[in-house]
Amino acid sequence: MNENPMITMKISRAAQENPYVKTLYFDYPLKAKPGQCIMLWIPGVGEKPMSISYCDAKRFGASVYAIGTFSKEAIKLKAGDVAGFRGPFGTSFTLGKEKSLALVGGGCGCAPLAFLAEEALKKKKKVFYLLGARSKDYLFFTERMKKAGAEVLVSTDDGSAGTKGFVTELLRSVLQKNKVGKICTCGPEIMMKKVVDISDVSKTPCELSLERYMKCGMGICGQCAVDPIGIRMCVEGPVIKKETAEKITEFGKYRRDASGRRVPI
Amino acid sequence: MLKTELAGVKLSNPAILASGIMGVSGASLSFAAKNGAGAVTSKSISLEPRKGHPNPVILTYGQGMLNAVGLSNAGIKDSLPELEYAVKNAGVPVIASLVEFKAENFGPLAKEISKANPAIIELNLSCPNVESEFGKPFSHDPAAAEWATRAAKRNTKIPVFVKLSPNAPDLCEVARAVKSAGADGITAINTAGPGMQIDIYARRPVLSNKCGGVSGPAIKPIAVKCIYDIYKETKLPIIGTGGATTGADAVEFIMAGASAVGIGSGIYYRGINIFQKVCKEMEEFMENEGFSSIKEMRGAANE
Repeated sequence: MNENPMITMKISRAAQENPYVKTLYFDYPLKAKPGQCIMLWIPGVGEKPMSISYCDAKRFGASVYAIGTFSKEAIKLKAGDVAGFRGPFGTSFTLGKEKSLALVGGGCGCAPLAFLAEEALKKKKKVFYLLGARSKDYLFFTERMKKAGAEVLVSTDDGSAGTKGFVTELLRSVLQKNKVGKICTCGPEIMMKKVVDISDVSKTPCELSLERYMKCGMGICGQCAVDPIGIRMCVEGPVIKKETAEKITEFGKYRRDASGRRVPI
Repeated sequence: MLKTELAGVKLSNPAILASGIMGVSGASLSFAAKNGAGAVTSKSISLEPRKGHPNPVILTYGQGMLNAVGLSNAGIKDSLPELEYAVKNAGVPVIASLVEFKAENFGPLAKEISKANPAIIELNLSCPNVESEFGKPFSHDPAAAEWATRAAKRNTKIPVFVKLSPNAPDLCEVARAVKSAGADGITAINTAGPGMQIDIYARRPVLSNKCGGVSGPAIKPIAVKCIYDIYKETKLPIIGTGGATTGADAVEFIMAGASAVGIGSGIYYRGINIFQKVCKEMEEFMENEGFSSIKEMRGAANE
């Protein structure tokens, strides 16, 4: 039987990326693709989907952003602590024949994009890595991306790093000055909706990662199914083409909570 | 060839989406229908919204699955439009699963859900995950099961099925009791157990609820026996559920006495199009064995 057991082991390394983000590494050959997620279990605390931000043949890393009750506990984890994971789950960003990519991340949305950037650079593609954050303190993976060979452009709400303003403006200017074969985006839905609109204007193919409340991660609980097409963000998502996103009427508008009730974005 | 019937409700095929799986929204139910389900069952709906248990709520093991989702649902008010959407868009009969914790509450709940006009109402009297909170399930006690069924039947004209548990001390007695209360059919079985999985490195149960209902292929023989017994006892229409993942499993349930076969965990094992796969496998079997209808196979092992 094909099963996704809970794998529990010691965290091999915990890297503090900035005051709010930590990457937890596990020495396990997860064989994940960029954009897929794991369900991270902290015994006694709970289990939540987390983006895979690093993966090679021997180990992987998942980045946690201290935002809710669970992630505030997750960020306290250190090397040697025991945690569990199930996965990898869901679809991934695709790398095709395009020669250049613009990756657009908002806040913790840059976690899967860093993994994607490295995969794209291995395939000799030109990578524009655009990151928007509240302020300098919220940025992460920028040095890693520069080292890997990506062209890194940053925007912050307060101007404490890079350009003051929205990352979508950076995207507009990159598209004006360069030939970009594909846009991949992950971050707040309002931002991604804007990215999709921009990609429509420039007629650039676009993929995005749409997160929904997840319970099982394996396509049976129905919690992460989206209106009105009913596809599951843990199986047919989280990474979807913009053409699919345009069919999802709740995209950028509402999501469902643990009970299944609609809550505005 | 695969046409079947449940208390007068006609189904184009007997492979139906079981309750608790993919049934959160109207869109999700319609997605299952699009993938070949002969009917679709909503997640159990209660009068008030329920958040359910915190994650982890579902685990896989060897030949099965453990779950303690905790009957999360949006409550009747927010679930009604979802169900209406499914009734309008799924293109197959929609079964509304209901759950409550006082027998008398099934009355108002059945009355309210009838506004969405589902083809069948299914009373979930047998979820094993809420025992600590609400005492033993109704399905463990013939009198309680009868009372809950009667409360629902008095308040709706829609056929009522009652979902029973393999854990009842005397399942046939419960089946007789709900039949006498006017149940139009029986769904069997709910998850078995509950069971527990302990992580030996974390040294604690993995599910946040500690224990959960057992489903998947591991419980299939228990389901077959229960269907066999209920058919013999009541001759009521039966939706057989519990670990069926193939056309052969579906035929086995039908030969035990089921008229339709609920599929849940199987979606994990074979994908969302498991309904199409099961139908194709059933047709192949029937052609090879010379069966021309589901009716002909029903209860064949139970002569």
